[in-house]
Amino acid sequence: MESKQFNIIAESGIHARPATLLVQTASKFGSDINLEFNGKSVNLKSIMGVMSLGVGQGADVTITAEGDDAADAMTAITETMSKEGLTA
Amino acid sequence: MTKTISGIAASDGIAAAKAYLLVQPDLSFEKKMVSDVDGEVAKLKSALEVSDSELSTIRDKAVESLGEEEAQVFDAHKMILADPEFTGAVEQKIKDDSVSAEQALDEVSKQFITLFESMVDNPYMQERAADVRDVSKRVMSHLLGVTLPNPALIDEEVIIVAEDLTPSDTAQLNKKYVKGFVTDIGGRTAHSAIMARSLEIPAIVGTNVVTKEVIEGQSVIIDGNDGDFILDPSDADLVKYNKMAADFAAQKAEWEKLKNEETRTADGKQFDIAANIGTPKDLDGVLANGAEGIGLYRTEFLYMDSAELPDEDSQFEAYKTVLEGMNGKPVVVRTMDIGGDKHLPYMPLPDEMNPFLGYRAIRISLDKQDIFRTQLRALLRASVYGSLRIMFPMIATIQEFNDAKAIFEEEKKNLIAEGTKVSDNIQVGMMIEIPAAAILADQFAKVVDFFSIGTNDLIQYTMAADRGNEHVSYLYQPYNPSILRLVKNVIEASHKEGKWTGMCGEAAGDPIMVPLLLGMGLDEFSMSATSVLKVRSLMKKLDTTKLVDLVDQAVNVSLTNDDNEKLVTDYMNKI
Repeated sequence: MESKQFNIIAESGIHARPATLLVQTASKFGSDINLEFNGKSVNLKSIMGVMSLGVGQGADVTITAEGDDAADAMTAITETMSKEGLTA
Repeated sequence: MTKTISGIAASDGIAAAKAYLLVQPDLSFEKKMVSDVDGEVAKLKSALEVSDSELSTIRDKAVESLGEEEAQVFDAHKMILADPEFTGAVEQKIKDDSVSAEQALDEVSKQFITLFESMVDNPYMQERAADVRDVSKRVMSHLLGVTLPNPALIDEEVIIVAEDLTPSDTAQLNKKYVKGFVTDIGGRTAHSAIMARSLEIPAIVGTNVVTKEVIEGQSVIIDGNDGDFILDPSDADLVKYNKMAADFAAQKAEWEKLKNEETRTADGKQFDIAANIGTPKDLDGVLANGAEGIGLYRTEFLYMDSAELPDEDSQFEAYKTVLEGMNGKPVVVRTMDIGGDKHLPYMPLPDEMNPFLGYRAIRISLDKQDIFRTQLRALLRASVYGSLRIMFPMIATIQEFNDAKAIFEEEKKNLIAEGTKVSDNIQVGMMIEIPAAAILADQFAKVVDFFSIGTNDLIQYTMAADRGNEHVSYLYQPYNPSILRLVKNVIEASHKEGKWTGMCGEAAGDPIMVPLLLGMGLDEFSMSATSVLKVRSLMKKLDTTKLVDLVDQAVNVSLTNDDNEKLVTDYMNKI
């Protein structure tokens, strides 16, 4: 299982466009991918799940991926995170 | 059987087409326990599949007819439909609680809608709540076997019949095929009415009954000039209305010739007819109709169409576009008028008993000065690109005007100190919407550069009648002598101090008001762009020297709104 922590620096947190793109990225992979924040965990392939967490600026989130393509998934997600300015 | 339904004529024009009922079907269902859980899950899956393929069709159609941007909403819908947390939760609920697919869908979507709507500081999530509601409706319609209206799929000429039309409804309409709107509710200032006037198609609002009387696909005629909606017209009706439509088109062509002419009355006096706009996109209509300026630029759309407070640069760009587009013609910009019925998702206002009497417009600007200063700086920077005039909305006291003006002067000084060029010829005026200001106009006239009378609010505050409340809509009386006296007082007060007065409410383009306003010496008439040429043509026929008596009658002799309507109608029939 892959697991990685991210510190969200974007002013408006994970919402709107970046959330959509994260979900689209995660959905390309077969692995089970989850986003954890504040003790709650949601499916990263669910737009409504991701947005319902209300991740704001400064939040520490953990993403876990489990499955055959977990490593590739984590690489792609890390890339999307930084491309969308969510992480430093 | 031919039948006529009457309503409020909200946008001129005549058209014959088929009726298109934009009415939500009954999506209620009976709550009951189910024993065949697998059957319910299968029913859900098939409804989800049908919904998805339907959305794909609608999306493709929408791209074709409305463009990529308008079609994006359907992508968002498809994403929700594919969301495992959403559809998975519905399926789980069927299994766990042995409830029908309808009930499970209803409960799960309500949970998400409540969750998203509770995120009040996040406008994006609030929009998603609307998306969830739309998607859930679509799936529900397939579970129940009823048909939702899909306005994006319209591909023949229709007249839209609806209870009311929201901005998101109209965004999905293919304007090429929509020949008119008829609604149950609303008045001349309803969104559907304004939309129809900007599209230059006929509209009738406030019929109360139209959605109950009309059958989908029925042959209908809409007469937006008189407010008549004819169902199943006879051949004779069709001939008659075709003739009227042709006459109207000929009349419009006649008006069109006045496009590049000055506005002059029969006795040769010159007046300015300006247009009201909400966004730089409206400039096309202003120029196409030959307006002599912009009398009201409603800047609140900059704030309402944005997910956060618009910054100085984005505001500057908008103002610059408008000023340059008008090529030196005057542009009156009204500073932010938020509050009342206009809200910003990212700036929650306190819940109020009487929002129209509460925290709105200049009252907010003077309180949240950083927002106000940003707007003024953007305006000042744009001022070098044209002839800028600024006015403050909802001024009640001299102190408010002086405070707002002082902030303006301060920001002007700051910008000059920073080395930014600003025009030294910016007129600063105020809206007259509050009776207190109309009554004290002689004192205000000493400190302002101009007045602009906002009739809708002035009437609602003078009559103490909420303009959105149907039960008191009879009190919307623009020709009432009380209102006319206030208007006359304001115009005269401004002239005594060598200042000018405009009017930027609905009344400025009203054929009954125009002769009265001309007689009172109103300097500038600002209206929907599509009314400009009609009013210019009307003014050509009027002799201001002869209107003084008419005004005297209207203000000093008439007792009621109806008296004055009759007075002016009779006068116009004689000339």
